[in-house]
Amino acid sequence: MRALLPNSLKEAMAMITAEPSPPTPMAGATDLLVHWPVLGAARDRTYLDLSALRELRTIRWDNGRLTLGAMTTYWDVVRDDRIGKEFPLLVAAARQVGAIQIQARGTWAGNIANASPAADGVPVLMAYDATAELISPDGKTSEVALDRFYSGYKQMAMRKDQLITAIHLPRRAHSFGVFEKVGARRAQTITKVGVAAAHSDAGWRIVVNSVAPTIRRCRTLERFLDAGGSGKPAHRPDDLVPLLAPDISPIDDIRSTAAYRRTVLARLIYHHLRGRTPAIV
Amino acid sequence: MNNRPEPTNAIEIRFMLNGRETVARIDPAERLLDTLRYSLDMTGTKEGCAEGECGACTVLLDGVPVDSCLVPTYQVRGRDVRTVESLTPQELQPLLETGATQCGACTPGVAVTGCWLRRHPELLETHSVREVMAGNLCRCTGYDGIVEGVEAAMRGDGMKKKA
Amino acid sequence: MNRVEGLAKLSGAERYTDDLTVPGCLWGMTVRSPAPRGRIREIKFGKGVDWSRLTVVDHRDIPGPNEVYLITRDQPVLAAAETRHMHEAVVLIAGEDREMVRRAVGEVKVIVDPLPAVLDFRVPPSRDQIQHNTDNILKEILIEKGDVERALAAAPVIVEGVYETGAQEHVYLENQAMLAWVDEHGVVVVQGSMQCPYYVLNALNHALNRAESQVRVIQAPTGGGFGGKEDYPSNIALHAALLAMKARRPVKIVYDRGEDMAATTKRHPSRVVHRTGVDQSGRLLAQKIDVVLDGGAYVTLSPVVLSRGMIHAAGPYFCENVRTSGRAVLSNYVPHGAFRGFGAPQTLFACERQMDRIAARLGIDPVEIRRINLIRDGQTTATGQVIRDGTDRLALLDKALDLSRYRRRRDECESFNATHPYLRRGVGIATFWHGAGFTGSGEVYLKSRQRVAGLPDGRIEVLSANTEMGQGTTTVFTEIAARHLGLDTADVAVAVPDTSRCTNSGPTVASRTAMVVGRLIERACDALLVKIGLPPTARGKAVTDAIVAWHIANPGKALHAEADYQPPPGIKWDDTTYKGDAYGAFGWAAYVAHIEADLRTGAVRVTDFTAVQDIGKVLNETLARGQVQGGVVQAIGWALMEECKWKDGGMINNQLTNYIIPTSDDVAPTRVAFAENPYPHGAGGAKGVGELPMDGPAPAILNAVAMATGADPCTIPLTPERMLECLPSEQPA
Repeated sequence: MRALLPNSLKEAMAMITAEPSPPTPMAGATDLLVHWPVLGAARDRTYLDLSALRELRTIRWDNGRLTLGAMTTYWDVVRDDRIGKEFPLLVAAARQVGAIQIQARGTWAGNIANASPAADGVPVLMAYDATAELISPDGKTSEVALDRFYSGYKQMAMRKDQLITAIHLPRRAHSFGVFEKVGARRAQTITKVGVAAAHSDAGWRIVVNSVAPTIRRCRTLERFLDAGGSGKPAHRPDDLVPLLAPDISPIDDIRSTAAYRRTVLARLIYHHLRGRTPAIV
Repeated sequence: MNNRPEPTNAIEIRFMLNGRETVARIDPAERLLDTLRYSLDMTGTKEGCAEGECGACTVLLDGVPVDSCLVPTYQVRGRDVRTVESLTPQELQPLLETGATQCGACTPGVAVTGCWLRRHPELLETHSVREVMAGNLCRCTGYDGIVEGVEAAMRGDGMKKKA
Repeated sequence: MNRVEGLAKLSGAERYTDDLTVPGCLWGMTVRSPAPRGRIREIKFGKGVDWSRLTVVDHRDIPGPNEVYLITRDQPVLAAAETRHMHEAVVLIAGEDREMVRRAVGEVKVIVDPLPAVLDFRVPPSRDQIQHNTDNILKEILIEKGDVERALAAAPVIVEGVYETGAQEHVYLENQAMLAWVDEHGVVVVQGSMQCPYYVLNALNHALNRAESQVRVIQAPTGGGFGGKEDYPSNIALHAALLAMKARRPVKIVYDRGEDMAATTKRHPSRVVHRTGVDQSGRLLAQKIDVVLDGGAYVTLSPVVLSRGMIHAAGPYFCENVRTSGRAVLSNYVPHGAFRGFGAPQTLFACERQMDRIAARLGIDPVEIRRINLIRDGQTTATGQVIRDGTDRLALLDKALDLSRYRRRRDECESFNATHPYLRRGVGIATFWHGAGFTGSGEVYLKSRQRVAGLPDGRIEVLSANTEMGQGTTTVFTEIAARHLGLDTADVAVAVPDTSRCTNSGPTVASRTAMVVGRLIERACDALLVKIGLPPTARGKAVTDAIVAWHIANPGKALHAEADYQPPPGIKWDDTTYKGDAYGAFGWAAYVAHIEADLRTGAVRVTDFTAVQDIGKVLNETLARGQVQGGVVQAIGWALMEECKWKDGGMINNQLTNYIIPTSDDVAPTRVAFAENPYPHGAGGAKGVGELPMDGPAPAILNAVAMATGADPCTIPLTPERMLECLPSEQPA
């Protein structure tokens, strides 16, 4: 096990270049260090520690966007009143990540890069049409929309020698926003099924977690909502099930069942959106 | 239990520990929890789960509670760490009186988080005491003694509690 | 008084086993069986570590019988020719480098030829699954009163129910840990996390083939037990001792959480069937109850768990005709063991849920059915014990209803439920009992002996084998001795439980510590007064001065006095017929749970909880309240969220991420009230409080859910998934 300890982003990229194969970036380590003593050979790799890159722990506002530096933690967002006013779903989600001890260490960018199907940060970022800014070892940067970031389980539009440096969120007026996470208990729980829903002039966004190999938008349902239900609104949660089916594939696992996830997701969406759109009555 | 031979790839980490500049020679694979308990003989911080669920290993890092079982020691270089050993008997007294501790295994973590909340009463504008303490699992008290202890301490500090 | 060791615990100064620094100590770890049942054909040692730097122990290194001494000696210390459960200890390894020892464990492969394993205790075993006697029944008991079949045949209404409860993991925050070494006199010393030093001593003597003076057991500060450290420490103590003896170095074994959860004992799963005959007013005419417990792979404590479960199964009620049959059966899981309540939570869950379902069937109030049937003084239990303790059990119920504002809340719930699109609120009750101390003649068999000492400076020292594990033993013992002799609590010390200094005052289990051992401390203090020539009424400074004077007159000698257990007069119990006085005293309780169920997700939250109980006398308000609140939350976890998930006989959710216990944000405050009806034979009038709180919450919660939703749940944990499945189909969500 080796640890590379850069003091700047530039130094970090140089270290990546110098390694024979890309090291594993480490931010808040809240996933990488789980069960560390018994990981054995699984931890015999080279880690690139990002914790000293203070230039990445910034929160910036300009006319069009909110930019979260890659090392911004959940707790940074929870304590930011301005973010709470304009992007309330970020605070809602952040407060439900683990407990304060995890919120104080976990980063939004780490959540994106970890690519868990049960990620709690990614759904609300995606509901706000966030983009991830990437940097390559040669210094070139690029921006990828989060809803086009994941192509499959743990497969993303990011090379192993790239780092996320920032997350950009367009500033829009939202007429509706909700985040609900269903777990085994209130705090410290891995999501069994969750949904982030938002509406702005850009249309409806329904982003779900733990019901597919990746976090994803339910575009079929979004189109139905954007069209106002096309005169055939949903009257019960069951009416939403066929509208969700093309975009989700829940499974049975150690935490819950496919049937539970499918049923509960439809009910959550129904009860939150009922009366907020002509498409659900 | 300090039979730890010096690792071959040892690195030197400097950080503030309970207000004092501290230097530790560590194996890069060490967690902050391991360094505290086995190198520095500061056994107040306990290991309960090794996965950041129980909070028995809670310490303050740059003034915020974290699970030290999830912190590689090298990440605290140049930073400020405070453990349960930095709390005074006066700070702990309210917790003693309400039955906040029974077996004591979760208690140091509870004390660190609880005393931290006490120093940040503004958090009660948005959080309940129970939500703040949710990262510290306790199996003995049922949480009433803990919550009452923190509330009593904060009332004594003149703050109104959020239910 | 505040908890004696409270500040040490709060400040982190208290040193638990893993906090102890021992020069030259080795780390010990365990290689475990990979299969639920089979013949161990071979053990292969890989080449990935330098074995010359490690000590390896297997069953051949055991000097005495390869048996863990308990009730029946069927459990091996280390598996030899066969394995009967996943994670059974097979080989032990010790070394200096913890990482190296861990790697070494991974290098050992236990090759098992599988045999048919019993993985569902409810299914009668096939012939090739028989591993114990001829039928895999570890223990069978029958309790009979009156003529249940005749009464059922004549009953106007019969209600049946099947109730199931799952295994529960203790999740003491301090994992099991044990340290062992051989001292300069050749004595094997074991120090660690435990509830019962003398159980460990007996197990060490037996398997190590040593006289009692050649073994010494010391309890280290123990971070929680709940029964999980009642018998298992004997196993880990033997492992550490065997390694220490072979390596000739101290050895420390500390389980990580995953290993602790997977490989140690859990609460017995149960299946209880009720067939109850009642009249139209709700009076119980006949109770026919069948109890089956999953014992796991070895007998361990199952006979005693079954016993207590069955004695409590008919509930705190009077009925002339009762037949409770029961069995603990073998399965190829890690043996199930003691866990707070010890069988009673399982059977009382069934009983109290059954009472509400009977009430629903008859269309009467759940309060009313309990009022009618709660046992009155002068009436007999199912074992024929006459209850005449003077506790007003109806008043307990009334107090609980009053404090919880039951009636008003019921009405509020009904209005709320009529209008809310998906939330449903409900209120549920449970009335129950818990026998204090050991069953029947259990205490007599224990022959407890409690010692106190007078120290040269005039202070008293309590030398007890009973342990502090968070419940407050040290504080309560200090208070009892101080009160009894009129001393300041600062003049009483409680010694570390150490078998070389403390006599065997019995195990710290069965809620007996304050009640039984506390009383023995009082009598030992009386014996001390005799020894120093004082009258039995002597108190305060006279006592202190006399102790000092004795030491001046007897330099270099120890001033000890002892008291031996004496059963209360008039207790008669027959172990073969299960008739008579099962317990010297019962604690009585009435609990009320308010819940809110979310029909969208099936999640059930306890929003308010009231716990009212008669525990004889409250010796220390903070400690007693803490026991009730802690027990209630532990029972809420068992009822709603704690589920062991199994695959091929092993627990697969053995992490705190996936085995869910309540956080502070999952529960509401627990309102606690005590009624006092002193028990003459318990210290200060106390009856024991540690386990009682575990019995009531689960049925109260499920009764509340039934009221709120119209569902009829009879299985716990009532997880959200199970809740959705049992909701009636015409729910709006």
